[in-house]
Amino acid sequence: MSPKNHKTSANRATPDTTGESRVNRRSFVQMAGAVGGAGVIGVAGAGPTSSQHALQATPAPEDVPEPTEVRMPPWAEEPQPGPAIPPHIPPWMTEWGPYPSEYGTRSPFERHVVRLPGDTSSRTPLADLHGTMTPNSLFFERHHAGIPNIDPAEHRLMIHGMVDRPTIFTVDDIKRFPATSVIHFHECSGNSGSEWTEESIAPTVQAGFGLLSQTEWTGVPLKTVLDEVGVDPDATWMLAEGADAAAMDRSIPIEKAMDDALLAYAMNGEALRPAQGYPLRLVLPGWEGNAQIKWLRRLELGDAPWQTREETSKYTDLMPDGSARQFTFVMECKSVITNPSGGQTISGHGFHEISGLAWSGRGRITRVEVSVDGGETWEDAQLQEPILPMALTRFRFPWEWTGQAARLQSRATDETGYVQPTIQQLVEVRGIHSNYHMNGIKTWAVAESGEVTSAWG
Amino acid sequence: MLGDNERTYGFGHPATEEEIAGWDIDVKPDGTGLPPGRGTVEEGRKLYLEYGAAWHGAEGEGTDYAPALVGGIGSLDTDSPKKTVGSYWPYATSLFSYIRRAMPASGPQTLTDDEYYALTAWVLWANGIISEDEVMDQDTLPKVVMPNRDGFTSPDPRPDVDNTGD
Repeated sequence: MSPKNHKTSANRATPDTTGESRVNRRSFVQMAGAVGGAGVIGVAGAGPTSSQHALQATPAPEDVPEPTEVRMPPWAEEPQPGPAIPPHIPPWMTEWGPYPSEYGTRSPFERHVVRLPGDTSSRTPLADLHGTMTPNSLFFERHHAGIPNIDPAEHRLMIHGMVDRPTIFTVDDIKRFPATSVIHFHECSGNSGSEWTEESIAPTVQAGFGLLSQTEWTGVPLKTVLDEVGVDPDATWMLAEGADAAAMDRSIPIEKAMDDALLAYAMNGEALRPAQGYPLRLVLPGWEGNAQIKWLRRLELGDAPWQTREETSKYTDLMPDGSARQFTFVMECKSVITNPSGGQTISGHGFHEISGLAWSGRGRITRVEVSVDGGETWEDAQLQEPILPMALTRFRFPWEWTGQAARLQSRATDETGYVQPTIQQLVEVRGIHSNYHMNGIKTWAVAESGEVTSAWG
Repeated sequence: MLGDNERTYGFGHPATEEEIAGWDIDVKPDGTGLPPGRGTVEEGRKLYLEYGAAWHGAEGEGTDYAPALVGGIGSLDTDSPKKTVGSYWPYATSLFSYIRRAMPASGPQTLTDDEYYALTAWVLWANGIISEDEVMDQDTLPKVVMPNRDGFTSPDPRPDVDNTGD
């Protein structure tokens, strides 16, 4: 098999940004005719919203769509003006809409909010999301051999090595243990790695910082299960291995395994998505994503790290002297402004809320400061409750834009007293070839035109 | 094995040696976990051309699809560090473990252990780390000393910057 046909067949999913469900062409032709004669343009602006009223298929009771059927806005066509705004009665008020369905979907007008997929990862659209939780369909992905399609009835977790009772668990076995739910950020150690040099910075917050998501994980504390099999007191490390086609494996210190590690089988209230490890994964709060092995099939207890490929040739941090840091698990305190951010245009003078996310793998966020002058002066932002340990914290800062050029930055502090450093501080110590664990302060430049671009330093 | 009175919940079933053997594919730096079998550079060359060359290049130099396997030795402290098996990987055992668990991309874990030893031997030879007549097996592989064997540091030294803010 050659790389090319491999990529186009099994391994590379073509992102389907238009095909969530099939378009009910007939309905929308009917509807376009119905509204086509109106003379008032009801919605200003470009993009999906300009055809907002045209979407509203208002099926007669006998024309209720199948649960999988979604009526689509005619994005490819010219916007059709319609009588939707005052004083007119919107068409979606004069006919019944679709009935309830088995599994919900978002408004077709929000379908432009998508992940940014590449060959091995996809990035969360941070600028388009609100609050702190990531919808399951927009949770970032990073795979090392694609996404396995696992039948949970055929999945097993084997725990062996330095334990009293080597044991095999079914997924149902794991679900019988006392469960808990925890909210934590999840971040790839390579997130914002494009910031190491000015030449490589990404244009948008999604492209640069989108290997970041947050969910409520539900599962069993790993300690509960390890106590069940009886860990040898001399065990110091644990190998975690996935059931993907890379059998992805990492060595984890026993202290973390016995502290707050979780065997998770659910996220945001429903079963894990296949891309996030269905039916079972390891969660290590505050630590780099790659160590939180997905599709978890095996845990082996031992007295030394295994020196796997992923913890030697990958996910190690090369220093200027040619040495490399190994087992740098913690994601340090970091923040980024998501609005306004690169690629956006501020729409007018006056009030604008600057908003973003802050997080730390060492605990709670205690402070976020915002600068609109490139770090010359700083003011405290408001932190939105709840402020949870090792979790995304939303910050907000009121800003009056007078039309002048500005450089927006945010700087987070965590409960250990650690203050998010500048990029230059990190480069001074680590050089520019360590790839991972970039947590420096991000700059967005606002031009007098209102255009926001990615900036550095 | 201790009795059930040691268990709080009693879920799961005891893993047999046969069950463990079927899944226990890791290899430690001292060679623990390496299976019986053997492979030569010449055997590995044929297998590499069949399974690896389209991805990693005819000589292991890397392509757009997969990273370089050879080269870069001595480059890690320069302005253009090149991380390959030869220049960066600290243990030859990790190479065998990784190739067996994840390669070839068209069918990980589908070759024989002899074939995995042979592929490992070819990659080590291509980097000039072993000679063409050396045989890789569970005794010889852990004795291979990789050029960057002492290149890694731990524990994590962070926080590593003046992080007091102002």
